[in-house]
Amino acid sequence: MTPNPEKETAPSCVEEGMKSPTESPIIHVACRGIAPCILLIGIYVFFHGHYSPGGGFQGGVLLAAGILLLRLALGPGLSQNIMPTWITLRLSAVGALIFAGTGLLTVIFGGKYLDYHYLHLLWPWLEPAWLRYYGILLVEVGVTMTVMTTLVAIYDDLLGC
Amino acid sequence: MHWVVEFLLFVILVVAAVVGLSVRNLLAAVVTLNVFTFMTAAVMVSLGAVDVAFTEAVVGAGAVGVFSIIAVFMTTRKSRD
Amino acid sequence: MKTFQYLLLLAFLGILLAAVVDLPPRGDLAAPAHQTVNLVGTPVAGAYYIMHAYADTKTPNMVTVILADYRSLDTLGEVIVVFVGGIACFFILNVRRRVP
Repeated sequence: MTPNPEKETAPSCVEEGMKSPTESPIIHVACRGIAPCILLIGIYVFFHGHYSPGGGFQGGVLLAAGILLLRLALGPGLSQNIMPTWITLRLSAVGALIFAGTGLLTVIFGGKYLDYHYLHLLWPWLEPAWLRYYGILLVEVGVTMTVMTTLVAIYDDLLGC
Repeated sequence: MHWVVEFLLFVILVVAAVVGLSVRNLLAAVVTLNVFTFMTAAVMVSLGAVDVAFTEAVVGAGAVGVFSIIAVFMTTRKSRD
Repeated sequence: MKTFQYLLLLAFLGILLAAVVDLPPRGDLAAPAHQTVNLVGTPVAGAYYIMHAYADTKTPNMVTVILADYRSLDTLGEVIVVFVGGIACFFILNVRRRVP
């Protein structure tokens, strides 16, 4: 943040308050109990996106919500174990690369961009329909990684940690 | 019977929008915005678009709420105008 | 000025209501969006997706098939937008060096 004279003289240093973990043990225990359930629901939504409402974007946002709940309750220091700050933007780039690389792979194998029929050199024993099934799954992995890590990265940037 | 439920959802939607625009406390405005988003998701469910409703509920009530609350905490709590 | 704004809002509300009244009822089979052929004579994309989605990909959820297979280039653009948003937040909010 740019040094703002008005912000320096403001009496309530709210940023420090958001950085420090909350004192109440009830919030601690409740958030540490709820967060694994949210993460589990996020993983379920992501992997069950072929059969029910859901998919990459929704599952990624749910996973990010679970991590953000821990960040809010425990403070950024204690919640570094579940997702460190330095890894977030790198994982986001990796997710976007998985998506674009799937399309590039089909181009290399002789098809059009993101035409999953041409993934048959990866899995030669599969029918074309099932190739499309696994192509969709591959793409959703990239979407989930990008959305989840980008939301956590924006939160960390906002608090400046 | 179906139109009664939908009418109730729309009434809550409009009331939440008006309250969220007119309230002075910005934290209350954020919570009212979340109510508005959740009612939008419920309207989408009643229209039969479950995927859109899921995205709306997750993004609107999860990500946007968290980021708005952080923004309110980092700037000012009361609206001046 | 205030009354002019309210009059503008009322006029817009009237336009919206006039547009909503003429919509076909939900789930109407005779609606133009539910035909296999357009009014002009070209085939409708939605009918093709509904008929061919499961046979093409063995995936029961049609929305996932449309988002990630038929219209995957749109989803790629969406992911790029999210990623660029994260990069922009990193460069705007992190003027100070990030503490390792």
